[in-house]
Amino acid sequence: MSTNRRKFLNILLGIGGIGGLTILTYPILSYLIPPKSPKPKVNSVKAGSATAFPANSYKIIKFGRKPVILVKTDQGKFVALSATCTHLDCIVQYKKDTKQIWCACHNGIYDLNGRNVSGPPPRPLKSFAVKIVKDEIIITQAG
Amino acid sequence: MFKNSFSKLVNWLDTRYDLSPVKELIQHKKVPLHKFSMFYYLGGIALFLFIVQVITGILLLMYYKPGEESAFESVRFIVTEVNFGWLVRNIHSWSANLMIFFAFAHMFSVYFTKAFKKPRELTWVTGFLLLALGMGFGFSGYLLPWNELAFFATKVGTDIAGAIPIVGSTIKEVLRGGDDVTGATLSRFYGIHVAILPLLFTFLLTMHLFFIQKQGMHEPDSFKKLPEDKKRYTPFFPNFALKDALLWLVVFNILLLLALIFPWELGIKADPFASAPAGIKPEWYFMFMFQTLKFIPAHVLFIEGEILGILGFGVAGLVWLFVPFIKIKEKFNSKFDLMKWIGIVIIVYMILLTIFGYVSSSTA
Repeated sequence: MSTNRRKFLNILLGIGGIGGLTILTYPILSYLIPPKSPKPKVNSVKAGSATAFPANSYKIIKFGRKPVILVKTDQGKFVALSATCTHLDCIVQYKKDTKQIWCACHNGIYDLNGRNVSGPPPRPLKSFAVKIVKDEIIITQAG
Repeated sequence: MFKNSFSKLVNWLDTRYDLSPVKELIQHKKVPLHKFSMFYYLGGIALFLFIVQVITGILLLMYYKPGEESAFESVRFIVTEVNFGWLVRNIHSWSANLMIFFAFAHMFSVYFTKAFKKPRELTWVTGFLLLALGMGFGFSGYLLPWNELAFFATKVGTDIAGAIPIVGSTIKEVLRGGDDVTGATLSRFYGIHVAILPLLFTFLLTMHLFFIQKQGMHEPDSFKKLPEDKKRYTPFFPNFALKDALLWLVVFNILLLLALIFPWELGIKADPFASAPAGIKPEWYFMFMFQTLKFIPAHVLFIEGEILGILGFGVAGLVWLFVPFIKIKEKFNSKFDLMKWIGIVIIVYMILLTIFGYVSSSTA
């Protein structure tokens, strides 16, 4: 086989091979990225009876697909914040003794306004508005 | 009679496939005898534990059902209803942990005896990649029982991957199979754990073992310097192989004891709408990284703490992977061994942070 012919075939094989691999890689990578499913549009959720909710306690509420922490303070005031820690995505809880929001994963602490006060969280927790309508707690997107 | 039939079989194969390279290896492979000879057993133990993982893993596959509504229940069924299911799961969990432990021990013994140096660079690279894949096995397998601890460990772990600049959010989405850790994540981790990782691991393990057979056992500098008549060796077959087999038996007995005395907890089923419980912690081999992340403040100069942490570990991992290619000039002919001290600092750091992680999580 002449060298030119061999060179030509090698180039052809090279281009074909690389092209083939690229053509295969793209659909595989695209396949792995999950299709966007429509997010349920939620503006408000009901969270049960305000009087039945014990003071100095908390509950995690489903707000669409996201968790929201609902706290009733000693004074009977309701506070709703995003329950997803801004550090590494864990779900926070309310500490009855310190009256703070605490993330057990990396010891992140927020106050009841959602401000990150100590530990690794880089941002505050998003706050939600709470209304009481006929003893029913209603959580809505703030602003 | 048995011996006769065996040699007949060998002859039959030999005439067809020419077994002389194998015979050559069996006859000539030798193990140097020196004060660090016991280090030669560590990799073999890790290999044995991997074999245990494959067998028990296949057994678990017979009953395990991935899915948000079935994973936890199927593991509970395995440990409570299936004959010896508890034993199979306990061995799988214990063996996984011991395998990582021995792989770490093997890696550091190779590091300190400088066995990674030319011509064994690729044995080191494949070995480190095997350890990384082993940790990947641990991370993906941890989620499969779909319990509370695993759920949050996975949330944290995948969120850390999301902090990688540029490609992080795509990696996180691909790993999770969506925005959050859900049943979709479980399906993906299952696929990764039982198909993707075994495929990559088997390939790298084959390479790793091939390199070792091809180049023979490493001799430390102190041994190489000895005059030829002072060098002592033992044949690999049958002497070393039999000792290896005996040690595997001892390890297997320890494994059984651990599985019997310390059963692996199943915990509480994961609830994506429950707070992370106090005392949450990853597997022990991720603890030093987890603890480091706890210590890094929210912001260091203009960078977020977690991004700094992941970049730091990423760079450290890459440097460690390419250790054989890093040339540190030995200045002044001094006896100060920089590589050794770097290794010691790394081990002390890992051990201290791990202990600190356990102490602080138990008091939190």
